[in-house]
Amino acid sequence: MNISRRATIRNSIGLALSGVFAAHVSRVAATADDTAKLIAEFAGDASPAEGKIKLTAPEIAENGNTVPIAVSVESPMTDDDYVESVMVLAEGNPNPEVITFNFTPLSGIARASTRMRLAKTQNVVAVAKMSDGSVFTDTRNVKVTIGGCGG
Amino acid sequence: MAAKPRIKVPKTAAAGDVITIKTLISHKMESGQRKDKKTGNLIPRKIINKFNCEFNGNTVFGCDIDPAISANPFLEFSAKVTESGTFTFVWTDDDGTTTEASKDITVS
Amino acid sequence: MSKKITLVKYSAISAVVLFAASALAEPVADKLVIDDELEMMTRVAPPEGHPLSEIISGWHYRTPETRALEADSFQNPGMLGVELGEEFWNKVEGTAGKSCASCHDDAATSMKGVGAGYPKWHEKTGRPINLELQINQCRVENMGAEAYKFDKGGQKPLTAYIKHQSLGMPVKLNLEEGDMETWLEKGKDMYYKRTGQLNLSCASCHEKNNGKYIRADHLSQGNVNGFPTYRLKQGTLISTHNRFRGCIRDTRAEFPKAFSDPLMALELYVTWRGTGLSVETPGVRQ
Repeated sequence: MNISRRATIRNSIGLALSGVFAAHVSRVAATADDTAKLIAEFAGDASPAEGKIKLTAPEIAENGNTVPIAVSVESPMTDDDYVESVMVLAEGNPNPEVITFNFTPLSGIARASTRMRLAKTQNVVAVAKMSDGSVFTDTRNVKVTIGGCGG
Repeated sequence: MAAKPRIKVPKTAAAGDVITIKTLISHKMESGQRKDKKTGNLIPRKIINKFNCEFNGNTVFGCDIDPAISANPFLEFSAKVTESGTFTFVWTDDDGTTTEASKDITVS
Repeated sequence: MSKKITLVKYSAISAVVLFAASALAEPVADKLVIDDELEMMTRVAPPEGHPLSEIISGWHYRTPETRALEADSFQNPGMLGVELGEEFWNKVEGTAGKSCASCHDDAATSMKGVGAGYPKWHEKTGRPINLELQINQCRVENMGAEAYKFDKGGQKPLTAYIKHQSLGMPVKLNLEEGDMETWLEKGKDMYYKRTGQLNLSCASCHEKNNGKYIRADHLSQGNVNGFPTYRLKQGTLISTHNRFRGCIRDTRAEFPKAFSDPLMALELYVTWRGTGLSVETPGVRQ
């Protein structure tokens, strides 16, 4: 194997430290500004309020490539009063967009789960838009660790 | 050869029940952010960008998917059933191809 | 010359502080029950001559989210690979016009328990072979098809499918046949031999320091009862020899070819170290 001395030293020292490290990504990360812009577009005239929506994510993700998340929103889910959609964003990913769940009254309950990628430790934000135009948001910070073994 | 999508829908339910549906489909979800180790070039993005679920022709749930969703996309969501019928599921790829599947449920 | 000395010095320093303990370091007390039905043996008493007081599945070293993923056979993404394996099982290939199913019928019956007993002694080649090589033997000799290259074609899904038929059954090797004992010794030598610029053996991490952290990775005993296993990092099934090669690479050493004598001996020995654990294929790991 052809590894420079300096790289070996650097890597050895890096390997020696136990803790939380940022992942390498090929593009600079999105900023909280990009996320705010997307939320503003999504929310339209409404200003996002806290409550009603709950975002579930692990405090520490074992691997940033597969992080389970779930959203649920309080709503009667009737034809007159339901959750239209929930947008999920990751502030520190190369692109903040993750997924947008679109619900209908036939969904019965406004809840959904999936698995997402996180490039590094960052905030994940979920924003719900109700059929009356009101908007609610919730945020979770997820720590992403890098393994000792080739991570 | 590719694996078929996996779908979990209860076979029976009572009218008015809210049921849980789970889907899992085999896909690399190439994000467009990774580099080819040999050439150093970016590997072009190729993901499933859309998912839709209908029941007897009416949309129940759908989503717009970005490259931040993990390989082999998993989705779990709910549906309220009032009659027997068929759920249809469609996954749409960046290249326009679709994967379709369906599941029946008996509602009493 | 001076460069070499510096390098060795830094490697030695890193090895000393490589392993970090933490409040969360021990394997968790939890039970692996697949779909609330099938209870797995994940902590067992070791066979005679085993260096550890208890054999523990790697499942116990993972986070609650990862553990839950393996406990739900629907959500376990490795099951996509297993189902793909079933398609390969039924696929006619080669000059004989046969599939695996042509001779072995329903794998749920014919392959039950089979995967729990590999590697096995192979008289013809005078060495132990694993399931991957057994599949290749069948393909060449009985189907008139080409052998799968390492990790290519149907090799990983088919291996996972066959092993999955033994889900929950204890790993048990037959060491009576041929020169299995000699090969087990060879594998043991390999396990304890320090290698690479970091001067680590398998035992440095997985015997002496399991339960501790290497950087942010929670070290397990390195048992292979869940292979091919779904790794969250790669988002696909990973074979035993791929993982061995990755581990050896991480010690910054040259790594042997898949299915070579050294890795086959190592697979035999490492599998033996997991004697009595349930086959978990497809396991889910970080």
